[in-house]
Amino acid sequence: MSRLSLLAALLLASIAAHADEVSVAVAANFTAPMQQIAALFEKDSGHKASLAFGATGKFYAQIANGAPFEILLAADDETPVKLEKEGLGVAGSRFTYAVGKLVLWSANADLVDGAGAVLKTGNFKHLALANPKAAPYGAAAIEAMTKLGVLAELQPRIVQGENISQAHQFVVSGNAELGFVALSQVYKDGKLANGSMWAVPANLYAPILQDAVLLAKGRDKPAAAALLAYLKGDKARAIIKSYGYELR
Amino acid sequence: MDHADLAAVWLTLKLAIVVTALLMIIGTPIAWWLARTRSRLKGVIGALVALPLVLPPTVIGFYLLVAMGPNGPVGHLTQSLGLGLLPFTFPGLVIASVFYSLPFVVQPIQNAFEAIGERPLEVAATLRASPWDAFWSVAVPLARPGFLSGAILGFAHTVGEFGIVLMIGGNIPDKTRVVSVQIYDHVEALEYGSAHWLAGGMVLFCFAVLLALYTWNPSRRQTL
Repeated sequence: MSRLSLLAALLLASIAAHADEVSVAVAANFTAPMQQIAALFEKDSGHKASLAFGATGKFYAQIANGAPFEILLAADDETPVKLEKEGLGVAGSRFTYAVGKLVLWSANADLVDGAGAVLKTGNFKHLALANPKAAPYGAAAIEAMTKLGVLAELQPRIVQGENISQAHQFVVSGNAELGFVALSQVYKDGKLANGSMWAVPANLYAPILQDAVLLAKGRDKPAAAALLAYLKGDKARAIIKSYGYELR
Repeated sequence: MDHADLAAVWLTLKLAIVVTALLMIIGTPIAWWLARTRSRLKGVIGALVALPLVLPPTVIGFYLLVAMGPNGPVGHLTQSLGLGLLPFTFPGLVIASVFYSLPFVVQPIQNAFEAIGERPLEVAATLRASPWDAFWSVAVPLARPGFLSGAILGFAHTVGEFGIVLMIGGNIPDKTRVVSVQIYDHVEALEYGSAHWLAGGMVLFCFAVLLALYTWNPSRRQTL
């Protein structure tokens, strides 16, 4: 009898613990900081955050078709607005959790100079970027090259990754000599981890506002509300900043 | 369908035709050897050929990207031959697709060769046909259904390829942006109307190909 009640108590406890799990769709560029934040969040709150990483456009399609995500950390500010308008996001829950910064980066320590002149001298065969149709960092890269007047000349050398992670992968593997990636991918603990980079000046592209939104499926879940509050807190903000994002 | 969609369709057909032709040339001797040999290596080679059937395209794509990159063995080879690097090029896609679709061509042809058995070739030999002559005038005609199945499956499988192209293609118009990638782009960009045109066309095309295969070649049903 006592063994049975113990089993029942264990079962109930596991169900209760399960209810405190929050399912989060995370933009690919925010992968590393979010893993760190989620680990701290789990320690501080006792809730568990289960993270899925990918392209924001794909997440939109999945959410619109019933995917069980409770929070979206988008790579842009348009997708959360769209979700809110369509009733898939909770009105008034949106906020900017990070402002993304675009960099031109190479795994080769000598290739990219501090002024981005390499784009004009053109000493490379392939320039990687994220698909500009779907990824904000890709669109920002196109905008910056347009303003610099080098887009037409560089067009034949552009290779696209389906998202910013794949663009990064093309450069890491050396298949593209350089590429436009998110600062957060090459920045660790407040400095460039390796290679060489040029931080694209903010006047060359529209700010990449990355907004979070509570999704309809997470409306009444305490763990979802707790994670959103945690993202606005000092601990999370310090981590976000250490990866080179700006904060609003 | 706009210009970019048509360009993707044309590129896909070009890729599938080149790959199918190469696969018939490369796959036939492999299938013949696998069908006739008593070597202990038969199991190893057979397993290697079948590997793309079970490996996820992400694994193949990832290793191809690394192997064909500037620091990989294939990359070293192509660079020392003055060919440059293969990722993000049409020849790179062709090589990846040949590897990926190989079992779809080798296995039907191998099955057809095995089904012939020793007897017709022995008879040809007693009539003083050289092995080369026996291969072309006896084995190949008898194995024709296998060649047909292999060609159709290799072609269709190349048309339907996605994961590897996504990983080593770089999405370049007219060079590596095939239909499946173009559909993916449309879906990512929420252009569901354009996606339906291409995706629906792909469903019809693949159905027609398989229907043709099963209608004209009913014996294939037992081996697939």
